[in-house]
Amino acid sequence: MKDIYILAYAQNPIVADAKAANEVELIMPVVHQVFKQTGFTQNDIGFTCSGSCDYLQGAAFAFVEGLSAIQTNPPIKESHVEMDAAWALYESILKIQMGDAETALIYGFGKSSPGDLPFVSTLQTDPYYMSPLWPDKTSLAALQAQLLMNKGVLTKKDMYEALTQSISNAKNNSNALVTAMPSEDDYLSADYLSSPLSAFDCAPISDGASAMIIGTEEAATKLGLQKIKISSVHHSIESSNFGARDLSTSESIIGLGKKINLKSFKPDFVELHTQFTYEIPFIRGLLDLGNVDINLSGGPLAGNVMMAAGLDSIGKSFELLKNNDFHSGLAHASSGPCLQQNMLVHLEKIND
Amino acid sequence: MTEEKKDFFVSNISLSYQYTAGNATTRFLNKVAEGKLVAQKCPKCSAVYVPPRGSCPRCGVATEEELELPDTGAVESFTIVHIPIPGNPIVPPYVSAMIRLDGADISFLHLIQEIDLADIRIGMRVQAVWKDRSEWGTTLENIKWFKPTGEADVDPSVFKFKE
Ligand SMILES: [Zn+2]
Repeated sequence: MKDIYILAYAQNPIVADAKAANEVELIMPVVHQVFKQTGFTQNDIGFTCSGSCDYLQGAAFAFVEGLSAIQTNPPIKESHVEMDAAWALYESILKIQMGDAETALIYGFGKSSPGDLPFVSTLQTDPYYMSPLWPDKTSLAALQAQLLMNKGVLTKKDMYEALTQSISNAKNNSNALVTAMPSEDDYLSADYLSSPLSAFDCAPISDGASAMIIGTEEAATKLGLQKIKISSVHHSIESSNFGARDLSTSESIIGLGKKINLKSFKPDFVELHTQFTYEIPFIRGLLDLGNVDINLSGGPLAGNVMMAAGLDSIGKSFELLKNNDFHSGLAHASSGPCLQQNMLVHLEKIND
Repeated sequence: MTEEKKDFFVSNISLSYQYTAGNATTRFLNKVAEGKLVAQKCPKCSAVYVPPRGSCPRCGVATEEELELPDTGAVESFTIVHIPIPGNPIVPPYVSAMIRLDGADISFLHLIQEIDLADIRIGMRVQAVWKDRSEWGTTLENIKWFKPTGEADVDPSVFKFKE
């Protein structure tokens, strides 16, 4: 196996409504930023992979149009995943492992403001038995949150703490959307969107884009920047049939913790792709994370660009390692309702 | 009354959106509403895009310089449509063509009418036929169709994307 490094990462300021801006106008600034960080041009990129979902903004083939943001002549090797760009990163890692590329450009973009996100997300569910019932994303999360509360796994107070910690940490991310801290009274008295979740428990509707460049050890050495290595990455998915899942736990997340051998290292911080407050104490318990800092960047509760927020958790981990006296970080990405699919990434700072 | 037992139900899929065209295309459409075709030019390779999407995919940079093009051009490619499309008011057979405006480096799809179908050919010179000004909006449908000008054909080699 080749060693693979993150060479650059950039994130647009997260906004609630990007107004007229289309995918090209969201993607181009972050792609230019990662090129600036590395001194690369598109000609230095061996493979380009993006993550997005056309249903978000309601524009068919937006993922194809988005390619107009990058230089595609002479022709490039390119691919796309209809999911979070964290999985575009995964595909890029495979491409490099197979020897098809030395470097890869990854980007994700999401414009959720034009539609009704909780119902747009319904179309991620099984099209035969589930989506015709129109279970919205918030209600499905509420189902899991209530189950966890009933089982005594977590409390509303745990959720409030996860929220205040996230908002307080959001000051570390100049691109964060939400920085206003609700009082405990405001939080506890807020109307439910779907019991036990209020709007405070849900990540905000967000528009934006992020980009990353990864490369082999040779590419990283040539660049001469601080080396941040992707030491391990694994993902797994559970059934699309809710009846076949035990929502009070997560086989996927527990299994990934074992696969990435979480017992063998102690991360200095963890960045979780958590779109609801309850998911933070839930995953902390599942992975037995103790009191390690979670979402120092504020995480998705402070700004949640669909199809980029998973890549952001990895990108923010990269930045945290690069800019602080940290040596090891754990990043998480998720996809699908009730944390159906998950990815864990172990990142390490390598000093030559 | 006994409850009717149902073995199936119909669940319609419908989502509504506040669609936006993009900043660059919005500027273009606002000019179309004034009867003007305003292209955008690449600052690196000078390629001229109409309708503009705000970038030059050949160079990967934003196209900010704007220039007005005439409503004349030539047929870059075409097809004669014989099959009716449900909901489409145009009666077949009709011509759908890629129109390359004079001064542009890409073409766009529009109709050609006021023509004998046997005469349509690549390189044929055409001009826009606009709707009445009172009907103009932020749409290329302000142009009803293109019609032949009767000028000499252009050499199809001009359609080659300039290096
Ligand atoms: Zn150009």
